[in-house]
Amino acid sequence: MKKGEKNILSVFLVLMSFFCLSANTYAKEPYKIGALFAVTGAASFLGEPEKNTAIMLQDQINKAGGINGHPLEIIIEDTKSDETQAVLSAKKLLERDNVLAILGPSTTGESMALVPIMNNAKTPLISCAAGAGITNPVEERYWIFKTPQYDTSAVEAIYTYMKKHGIAKVGIITISTGFGDAGKKALHELAPKFGITIVADEKYGPKDSDMTTQLTKIKASGAQAVINWSVGPGQVVVTKNWHDLKMGIPLYQSHGWGSKKNIELAGKAAEGVIAPLGRLVVWDKLPDKHLQKALLKKYTQDYEARFKGDPGTFGGHAYDAIMMVVEALKKEGPDKKKVRDYIEMKIKNWPGTGGIFNMSSKDHCGLDMSAFEMVVVKNGDWELLK
Amino acid sequence: MITVFLQFLFSGLTTGAVYALVGMGFNIIYNSTSIINLAQGEFVVIGGLMMWFFTESAKLPFILSAVLTVLSAGLVGLLMERLTIKPLKKTDLLLMIMVTIAVSILMRGILMFKFGKDSYSYPPFTAGEPITIAGAIIQQQTLWVIGITGVCIVLLFFFFNKTIIGKAMRACAVDTTAAKLVGINVSQIVMISFILSAMVGAIGGIAITPISLMEYDKGPMLAVKGFCVAIMGGLGRGRGAVIGGFVLGILESMTAGYIHSGLKDAVALVIMLAILFFKPAGIFGSATMARLRKF
Repeated sequence: MKKGEKNILSVFLVLMSFFCLSANTYAKEPYKIGALFAVTGAASFLGEPEKNTAIMLQDQINKAGGINGHPLEIIIEDTKSDETQAVLSAKKLLERDNVLAILGPSTTGESMALVPIMNNAKTPLISCAAGAGITNPVEERYWIFKTPQYDTSAVEAIYTYMKKHGIAKVGIITISTGFGDAGKKALHELAPKFGITIVADEKYGPKDSDMTTQLTKIKASGAQAVINWSVGPGQVVVTKNWHDLKMGIPLYQSHGWGSKKNIELAGKAAEGVIAPLGRLVVWDKLPDKHLQKALLKKYTQDYEARFKGDPGTFGGHAYDAIMMVVEALKKEGPDKKKVRDYIEMKIKNWPGTGGIFNMSSKDHCGLDMSAFEMVVVKNGDWELLK
Repeated sequence: MITVFLQFLFSGLTTGAVYALVGMGFNIIYNSTSIINLAQGEFVVIGGLMMWFFTESAKLPFILSAVLTVLSAGLVGLLMERLTIKPLKKTDLLLMIMVTIAVSILMRGILMFKFGKDSYSYPPFTAGEPITIAGAIIQQQTLWVIGITGVCIVLLFFFFNKTIIGKAMRACAVDTTAAKLVGINVSQIVMISFILSAMVGAIGGIAITPISLMEYDKGPMLAVKGFCVAIMGGLGRGRGAVIGGFVLGILESMTAGYIHSGLKDAVALVIMLAILFFKPAGIFGSATMARLRKF
């Protein structure tokens, strides 16, 4: 090799390494967003997939070059499913880390505790909890958004389906947790609007092992259908008891039913159970041209490949929250007010995992009952009902 | 009408059988050490989850899985006693009870790590439709749970009353110093009682999981209910715990059925308070014996 060639080669190599360096270590400062998830504690079944989703998306976005060249840094704090811890962690994120927005928290209680803090700090919060009170009344929730569907939308989806099939008298059975109480309230409030009468109203504890008594009462009340509102093992126990009792009336579950695990655990008892489910769990049954299908497929498959488990609807709530903030940062840059305005005004006809979002100054959730598909369990799998 | 009543009764029997099995575990350790082991619920969870692991994950035959599950629970009981109870210099009862709470939290953490937060289940011991009696149904598995509870009671009765080790265990509970003086190896007896109660807990876990599913944090609820029934029946009385278990289960079910399901847990607590107020020795305990108790 001649000397000149050598020089050219070395210059080239230096340039190359420089190029590589600048591609890997960003010249621009990172965009920091905070995340409050209940990774441990009672609501850890929500926080776990949310945390995983945040880690996965952060890696994917940074691998693809970040947000306009700025790397994305998601600072995840564990709220331990506790309101006080959520408030402390939020203050840490706002004051020490100076985050541009906060994702989460995972539960309604924690989200409500943060409303005044976020309004004072003038920083957007995109909650991953379902309670309607998080974003209503919207005038007092200027900085607050949420991605999960309203409980009331799930109730509307069930009642609409029931009305179509001539069911007018229902018995409801709910779990004695925040989730069950919210569902119970929504079921009672919306019933008159659909001409439905609630003829039995039963409850059970989150760790109860037998609900035959409650179901027997519902059966005796002359109900034409049972609606169970719970998450966790309770919904499987109710399904088994319903099957054993041969009640002769259909069982409806809430939108918390959407995990294949439930079908596995309930076995053949799950056959015929109807529930309104987000499209995340039934993405493979959707027509190809559906707006949500491509993103649901990618998200589910990526998640399964990395974490060896299905993300459930809960991981999806974090996905939607992150992607909204990322899109706003991409379009508007690191300005909290502009990010907020972008999410309120520009998230229109926006496909996410939870549904097709239409945010507005009147609705900081942007989903209605069209976010749900009515799904029945058939041969150990989901099947869409028309 | 009678069908509905029977159904409430059977539902109560199902939950009652679960409570009874847990309550019995409390009595074994109490009978030999006067300790109330608040990690008893975790032994039940270990039973259910390990059984799932051996049958569904490792695909071992049923009997072998059950034996392995009971043995591994026994091992956990042994480790618990040797690592946390024995090293205690002061044999203060309250301190020991607090240690058992700590152990229960630790065990829950380990179980969460190993099994995650999902619920687990496996098929009932005998497949088939529930049995119908006068229009009311009772699951076959419930009969298994009741049967296993019965067998456990008989075996434990013989163990505590007819064998030397069993009698030695009872002697330890009455007075450790006196037991030592007559040549009983107290440390060994305490260890055996932990192993035994862990095994009984695990047997309960194996039996109830097909009915109620099992997850890592079911322990505290089982411990609270099991403790309730052990107190109701008179601490230390094997039969008492069993009858207490069924009484509580049936009362809960009847409250849910005839009053309101929202009230059923309150009823259990009210009953327990009433017993503690008016008959602190429990329904089947004698007042004289209660006075001899250290705790």
